[in-house]
Amino acid sequence: MKRWLSVLRTPLGLTASVLSAGVLVLAVLAPILWTDDANAVDTGNILAGPSADHWAGTDNLGRDIFYRTLVATRLSVELALAATAVAVVVGLLLGTASFLLGRRIGRLVNAAVNIAVAFPGILLALFFAVIFGVGATGAVFAIGLAGAPAFGRLTQTLVASVGARDYVSAARVAGVGRVRLLFRHVLPNVSEPLVVNATIGAGGALLSFAGLSFLGLGVQQPHYDWGRLLYDGISSIYVNPYAALAPGAAVIVAGLAFNLFGESVAKALGVGVVGGVPALPPSPDALEVEERPAERHHDHDDVVLDVRDLTVTFPGPEGPIHPVRGISFAVRRGEAVGVVGESGSGKSLTALAVSRLVGDPGRVEASRLELLGADLRASDTRAQRHLLGTSLSMVFQDPMTSFNPTQRMGGQLAEVARHHQGLGRRAALARAVDRLRSVRITDPEHRAHQYPHEFSGGMRQRAMIGMGLMGTPALIVADEPTTALDVTVQQQVLDLLTSIRAAEDVALVLISHDVTVVGEVCDRVLVMYAGTIVEDLPAADLAASARHPYTRALLAAVPDMHTDLDAPLATVPGRPVDPADVPVGCAFAARCPLATDRCLAEQPPLETDAAGLRVACWHAGEPIDIAIQDREQVDAR
Amino acid sequence: MTLAGSVAQAPRLGVSSHPWVRFGVRRVGRLLVSLWVLVTASFLMIHLIPGDAVRAALGPTAPASLVAAKREEMGLDDPILVQYWHYLQHLVTGDLGTSIVSQLPVSDVVSQRLPATLQLALLAFVVAVAVAVPLGVTMGVLTRRGHGRRTELGFTTTSVVLGTIPDFLVGVGLVYVFGVNLGWLPVAGNDTPSAYVLPVLALAIGPAAILSRIIRVEMVAVLEADFVRTARAKRLPARTVYLRHALPNALTASLTLGGLILSAMVAGTVLVENVFAWPGLGSTIVSSILNKDYQVVQAIVLVYGAGVLLVNTVVDVALALLDPRSMIRED
Repeated sequence: MKRWLSVLRTPLGLTASVLSAGVLVLAVLAPILWTDDANAVDTGNILAGPSADHWAGTDNLGRDIFYRTLVATRLSVELALAATAVAVVVGLLLGTASFLLGRRIGRLVNAAVNIAVAFPGILLALFFAVIFGVGATGAVFAIGLAGAPAFGRLTQTLVASVGARDYVSAARVAGVGRVRLLFRHVLPNVSEPLVVNATIGAGGALLSFAGLSFLGLGVQQPHYDWGRLLYDGISSIYVNPYAALAPGAAVIVAGLAFNLFGESVAKALGVGVVGGVPALPPSPDALEVEERPAERHHDHDDVVLDVRDLTVTFPGPEGPIHPVRGISFAVRRGEAVGVVGESGSGKSLTALAVSRLVGDPGRVEASRLELLGADLRASDTRAQRHLLGTSLSMVFQDPMTSFNPTQRMGGQLAEVARHHQGLGRRAALARAVDRLRSVRITDPEHRAHQYPHEFSGGMRQRAMIGMGLMGTPALIVADEPTTALDVTVQQQVLDLLTSIRAAEDVALVLISHDVTVVGEVCDRVLVMYAGTIVEDLPAADLAASARHPYTRALLAAVPDMHTDLDAPLATVPGRPVDPADVPVGCAFAARCPLATDRCLAEQPPLETDAAGLRVACWHAGEPIDIAIQDREQVDAR
Repeated sequence: MTLAGSVAQAPRLGVSSHPWVRFGVRRVGRLLVSLWVLVTASFLMIHLIPGDAVRAALGPTAPASLVAAKREEMGLDDPILVQYWHYLQHLVTGDLGTSIVSQLPVSDVVSQRLPATLQLALLAFVVAVAVAVPLGVTMGVLTRRGHGRRTELGFTTTSVVLGTIPDFLVGVGLVYVFGVNLGWLPVAGNDTPSAYVLPVLALAIGPAAILSRIIRVEMVAVLEADFVRTARAKRLPARTVYLRHALPNALTASLTLGGLILSAMVAGTVLVENVFAWPGLGSTIVSSILNKDYQVVQAIVLVYGAGVLLVNTVVDVALALLDPRSMIRED
């Protein structure tokens, strides 16, 4: 009940509730108060327009339209409710047939319901109106029966879902009879959506009834509902338009009120309340502290991607959130750089940011963001699109959802060549087939004509890589390219990336949460934590060169041949930092076995050592005196 | 243009045609069953009417001998299965019987009235889609990712209200504003091109509102899909991303619900024709019900029902063309 009352909290719900209540009150009171006014014949004022005496004018007998419209509320609402009741009762019978009468009869009933649902209500209503005859009673049954199939189908779906639940099965096994089962266990659990839909249905019935009466098939004189008043009023619309407009407006208001009330209730019952998200803006210092790798000199021609002080900002409920907080790195021609970190570390956003794919409302800022020497921070120009479209290729995590399901694979690949290389349809498709072959897809001519759902997951990921090869990429950004794949095909995809890199001298940025994958494929590893790079080290001997406690914890969490299978799998203790609530000092301090007071107060800068390796830790390389230590010694051997 | 593009890539013959064959067989099977139910229902209609349909049509003053002769002529005294068989036989040859009231062949009445209804329904359909698709797509793009909250609220409220008002009341409103008040457009008949404007609008406004709302919601959802990000990663112009990648997917989702709205439009002609004295099947079926001219009612119910089934089938085929997965999805 409390949840029902929450409808009143939205402006729309409140309006609809007040209007619905008003219509119901009017239905009760209007005939008591104004029946005499509505029937009074004013022979001096036949078909008159609005006046002080008759606000909406009079009809062809000089009766007051305004009062007649008010009084008609009761009959209109009564008939609508009666028709709704018929629809609900018959619909319940139809919908529970398979539950009560067994599967075979049930299936027949369901088939009939499914066929009936395909026909619009007004057509069914006309059909039944013929059978039940012209008049109010006939119309109640006509509209009720016309609404029954839709209600039956709803009941059927709801009952089927509840009927399969454990407690119903348990009751069935315990020997509870079908009828008792239905009334005690099933219907109470589906009553809420049924009541909501009946409310919406009442609005629909009111409108349908107005329709039938308007056609002259519903309420007959001397009785009158809104539809009947419309029927009488439309013929004299040039003389007194209000004779048609007043009942028409009444129908719209009442129909909308019931309808919107039902919809609001449905929404109120279906949607949970969203709680406030605690968020602290990151300290501005944190963004500044990180040291630029200024002492690192790149041969500029050799650098494919150059990123300095990259920040990604999203608006949060309590101020902006910075999931990526000022990171700097460069990727050289042919180099493979891995980016690892837990989820929420900002690694995927980094990938999207350097590819200029962070959509609204995210904002990307950097003091330098260059691909092949071209500034990517400039606004979106044709030249820039061409550069990105041909020189940078993306491989996304989920190949199942990353292709357009409504287009053939060949066309999706060919599109790149058609847009950026100006190839014709046929030439572009030929290149697409060639690229599919180059990523080891067998029978590419045939495959190019298939849709994504006809490809396996691994095949799709290879096709995605092939799509990236339509141009002449200098950089491939692969965001968790193997995470969504079976273990058996993961290796194929990694091998493919490795061989492409070797053959075409393409640089690779590989985002992964899996340190082993990165260690296997990459030359260099960037470890990210809470939106910053905490360590930058060669991939060749991770275990030996890792100095940041977080990197070491990540490595320790990887099971290998020496892992004790009886012991629980190691994890990095504690929880990742919420980007909306980054602590002062070192973000990892709360989870770090080496943390001291300094770590909690001061963020360590990313410092470059003589060998060109970078690490951001006050205690880099100090021995760790916990269980992980044993594992490290094992690895070191 | 997007639609045409997808259709142009339509099914190839050969191995890949298998799902299409299966889809075709299943869809035609369902159509035939529905048609059979429709035909049987329209046959039973006359027999379900309480009392004697012929007596009702000829009125209480008609002599008993005339009623008996008419019943004989119509074969109403035969066993019901024989009547059913004859009904099916006649239907196949296009013979819909003779009107008791006007003595005219029913097939003549139908073929005379059908074109006006078809024109009305088709024009309204074209208008509704032509308004709803661009409007829904534009609104979807404008209100994606929580942009334009005010636009969204205004659009949603307007379209909910417009979509809830029944077509015949929209018609009454249009008659008042453009016929009575402004006197710009004719409000009855179909003699001049300008007479088409108001009935077509009355029929199209509601469905256009509902359809554009559905398309907006689907468009907003589709714009978040991974494959749209892929399309953006290909650095295609925004227009291509919206129209070629997002729209077809938004349409497939919209079409399932939209199909119901379109078939409701076919039936909506009944009420709208009565507002505008449109000389089509809709005004005929109402006058025939009131005159108890059941042969004509029976035939028109059949035509309307067949029209709805046709629309549903066309929608399913369009769905299969736009999104080949939908062929497999249904059971």
